[in-house]
Amino acid sequence: MSARGDAMSTPGASPRGRVRRAASSGRDLLVAAAGLAVLVVLPFVFSSPLLLDFMIRLAAFAIYATSLNILIGYGGMVSFGHGMFFGAGAYSFALLMQKTGVSIPVAIVGSVAYCAVLALVVGVICVRLKEIYFSFLTLAFQMLVHSVIISWVTLTGGDQGLTGGIPRPPFLGIDLGEPRPMYWFAATVAVLCLLAMRHLMQSPFGYTLRMVRDNAERAQFLGIQVARIRLAAFVIAGCFGGIGGMLMALFVSGAFPEFAYWTTSGEAVFMILMGGAARFLGPATGAVMLLLLSDLITRFTEFHGIVLGVTVLVFALVFRRGVTDFIAQALGRSRAA
Amino acid sequence: MDPSALASCFASLSCVVTQTTSGLIIGALLFLVAAGLTLIFGVLGVVNFTHGSFYMLGAYFAYSAYVASGSFALAIAAGALGVAAFGLVFERVFMRRVYGSDVLMQLLVCYAFILILDDVVKMVWGPEFKSMGVPDAFRMPPVSVAGGVVPAFYLFLIGATAVIALALWVVLVKTRLGKVVRAAAINPQMTSALGVNTGAIYGAVFAVGSLLAGLAGALAAPVRSVAPGMGFSILIESFIVTVIGGMGSVSGALVGALLIGLVRSFGSIGFPLFVEGIMFLAMAVILVVKPSGLLGREAAR
Repeated sequence: MSARGDAMSTPGASPRGRVRRAASSGRDLLVAAAGLAVLVVLPFVFSSPLLLDFMIRLAAFAIYATSLNILIGYGGMVSFGHGMFFGAGAYSFALLMQKTGVSIPVAIVGSVAYCAVLALVVGVICVRLKEIYFSFLTLAFQMLVHSVIISWVTLTGGDQGLTGGIPRPPFLGIDLGEPRPMYWFAATVAVLCLLAMRHLMQSPFGYTLRMVRDNAERAQFLGIQVARIRLAAFVIAGCFGGIGGMLMALFVSGAFPEFAYWTTSGEAVFMILMGGAARFLGPATGAVMLLLLSDLITRFTEFHGIVLGVTVLVFALVFRRGVTDFIAQALGRSRAA
Repeated sequence: MDPSALASCFASLSCVVTQTTSGLIIGALLFLVAAGLTLIFGVLGVVNFTHGSFYMLGAYFAYSAYVASGSFALAIAAGALGVAAFGLVFERVFMRRVYGSDVLMQLLVCYAFILILDDVVKMVWGPEFKSMGVPDAFRMPPVSVAGGVVPAFYLFLIGATAVIALALWVVLVKTRLGKVVRAAAINPQMTSALGVNTGAIYGAVFAVGSLLAGLAGALAAPVRSVAPGMGFSILIESFIVTVIGGMGSVSGALVGALLIGLVRSFGSIGFPLFVEGIMFLAMAVILVVKPSGLLGREAAR
């Protein structure tokens, strides 16, 4: 993206940096708490079930798009196969819930572990590759995951998807079978995941990742193990991408092959472009926009692809930046993420 | 998983012949698509993610031309030239704008076009499967080769691909034009300074790459069902082919395509569920052991 920062210094390395970092992480906490408070109150103000459904989908896609931006915006690694983790998270979570009868939190942990292993295996092969090879190999591996889902009918239900519903046993007094608790759960998970990713990106690890993005050779000379940093970012992104898929599976009470299809990856990439890769909340903003746009298009035409494609072209060739970049410019700030 | 089926196939010559021809058919179509992809990558340095859609367009153009005129030669010309023209416009109007910027924008432009073309095809030809059928000229009894039977159209397809592979090789290696193209691939600034219009070379190479994809679509139309979205799986397979053969290497694409074609056809007998897995495994092994591919010159790392 155009607004790549030149922030090469690592906050936390000097005493002053440490103070600044503590202040900024305190501010992040405040923002997250305020955001969560607004989200929790929302159903009391607007009680429309359509809105709550929209917000749950948004929670899933905000986590998913932001996790991909760890790779694209912070790591400079343009993955076009991130949907494999959305799908892997959804399927592993749904299968754990259906077949083993564990509680929801245990299934989430198990499913995150599964995504981590998948990301590790794919990442080991992909992270050393040049930019364009990385893009199409991640895409190729995603299609492998997709074809495994399609062909392993006995386990996954093939192209019909994993149906039969996902049980939602109450845990810690929370009953996700009710619409409002489901919404609160999704909102809380989304805010916590975004906060965790923000924290990681503001940590020395996050700044090392930016440095690898800006100049991998220089980072190498400074003693940073470039491939290891990239692999770590890939695994982290895969885990969070999987959590997005889990929320989606929980919401639709099933898992479908489209979750792991290339269009799902494309949507995440486009959310990042629409919202802006240079700011932490850019992809989440893009998720709001794309979900609204998709819902709107479906109302007017069956030719979803043409409208979406033309919108993508306008953003990629005319604007060349995301909405948050324009907002930041209007506010007169040029600080990059 | 049924290794005994594979063993019994190898025991009968007719089965070997049948499977080899079907492997060669898959390989030939894959080669045409992958050769265009690798040619464009080798010279322009971009991966054309819309290449699969070009293959689809080729098949639809050929289908329409065949339905309208009844001539298979016209159908092939329509598929190949129509897609070449489309590719040229696509490159000059859209792709050209994103060469300088990063991969993200190239990817998004291609993503947009895959979505748009799939929908345009649905709009114009409808969402249902079309089948063109083998052209009348090839409606003859299958040729008998070493105990196995081979449809005449298969022989034509394999022969046509061999001619194209040879022609590509001759143009790239033996002619002055080929030299200029290879020079532009290695050092575009220097080539441009020597008075070559690199923009024109880029457009031409993109058009030729698209032509190959359109031709593959047109040749595939009689033997494959023509449907929206048919291009995506061949795109992924041609990625695998180009990685195995070496990105930017046309001869590598030939080797890779034949390899994948034979693995596919024999694998479908012996281990149908693992065919995809084996293709990916082969690709992963190549990437780890020899990242530049079997015949590639440029390293992937």
